[in-house]
Amino acid sequence: MEGAWFAELDPADPEAAASAVRESRRDGPADWPGLAVERGVVADREAYYDALHAATTAAARAAVAEHERADDRRLVEAVRALDDTERVANELAERVAEWAGDTASDGGAEAVVRTVVDRESEDELDRRLVGLAERAAGLYAERDELRATVERVAPTVAPNLAALAGPVLAARLTALAGDLESLARMPAGTVQVLGAENALFAHLRGHAPSPKHGVIYTHEYVRGTDPEERGSAARALAGKLAIAARIDHYAGDRRPELERDLDERIARVRERTADGETEEEP
Amino acid sequence: MTESVVDGVDGLAYREFDGERRLATRGSPVYGEPTDGVWRLWDARRSKLAAAVERGLGPGLTADAGVLYLGAAAGTTVSHVADVAGPTYAVEFAPGPLGDLVAAAEERPRLFPLLKDARRPATYAGIVEAEVDVLVQDVATRGQADVALRNRRFLADDGRLLLALKARSEDVTREPAAVFEDALERLSSDYEVLATERLDPLHADHLAVLARPRE
Repeated sequence: MEGAWFAELDPADPEAAASAVRESRRDGPADWPGLAVERGVVADREAYYDALHAATTAAARAAVAEHERADDRRLVEAVRALDDTERVANELAERVAEWAGDTASDGGAEAVVRTVVDRESEDELDRRLVGLAERAAGLYAERDELRATVERVAPTVAPNLAALAGPVLAARLTALAGDLESLARMPAGTVQVLGAENALFAHLRGHAPSPKHGVIYTHEYVRGTDPEERGSAARALAGKLAIAARIDHYAGDRRPELERDLDERIARVRERTADGETEEEP
Repeated sequence: MTESVVDGVDGLAYREFDGERRLATRGSPVYGEPTDGVWRLWDARRSKLAAAVERGLGPGLTADAGVLYLGAAAGTTVSHVADVAGPTYAVEFAPGPLGDLVAAAEERPRLFPLLKDARRPATYAGIVEAEVDVLVQDVATRGQADVALRNRRFLADDGRLLLALKARSEDVTREPAAVFEDALERLSSDYEVLATERLDPLHADHLAVLARPRE
């Protein structure tokens, strides 16, 4: 009886039964309908199956609801909001820095904002300056909250993509594509230049080289690779990210081997510069 | 006579749809399939199990058969199974398609949807009853033979396994025939293969395998 979904509950309580269905662990099956009747948990086999139906559909419905809550479109909005708050905060902070006459401070405008909010205000104009600095500081705080949220949510929406790209870049790629399904349908070459649309169109109009990378430039595997081999690194990364997005959208399970494959590919790309070779990809 | 019952099973029959003799089950429609009165078309082009049944690889779906179905996805095929058979346990790993599966289960009091990983039977051995008569497996994962071996524990000794082997899930670069040979070899430790049938062209690079457990 140990591990039977109905072992420790009143089958009339659908919520407890649903969570038992989700958490049950046991090596081998048994004649559950027979045992439940024998134990007097239910009156007969038909009643057993009715209770099982209620419990399994409730558990499945709860899982569907969880999945929908962790939905990719809301993640996209969150990462766009992250970028918006940062952009607006920076704009206000620059005004604050200029107004405060402190444009040379280390750590940029964000650091100036932090010193200005602590200022004593002596007159009306000072009060407005401090008030503006407080708004900017509030926006920076909101940006930090949004980033923490994106970092927490992205792995539930796109576990493989988040593992390979990092949660924030995973969310940005999804946002640039529109949603996870659109990203999953993109060829790797498109993923590689997502976020470099201006450079790409300049190239297509014929007056610029093709961009080697878009927003994936922020990934350590691209940025940290010798410029000579950066295009190869970007191509290798984009290829794995495209596969990860497809698995996340269509299957949803974690595939740790993707990270291993990517690590190996990047190690090989970087070896070439270490060896001083510049051979082409096969 | 437009109707001919399959294997003497009530609820599974060949019916005429648009002048063609097609497999059908009796139940409420699930995914917009054509219907004819209480009958609804079970399309062999959409369902590997339907294709296998049409080619004579029926695993014995009878009115009182207990069924464990691995890889239920949105419930297209398993809804037909539940129309025909007894208690039907539908295991699916991805939460995405589960909503449709739940909708199919709502109309079918003996269809039990389970969000579980078919590679980890311990997560549903406390729910799925022992000695089911039919084990259907249609999972697009690497190691499909191993999944069948691990789920042997649910199958009655005189039960049947109907496995839809997908070559591309194992290795896209190898010849499907070689992939199938390897899988059948692995399967043979615990199962005796009774029949196999390529499902091309309806389902490219798929092999239907009918087997029974070894004692």
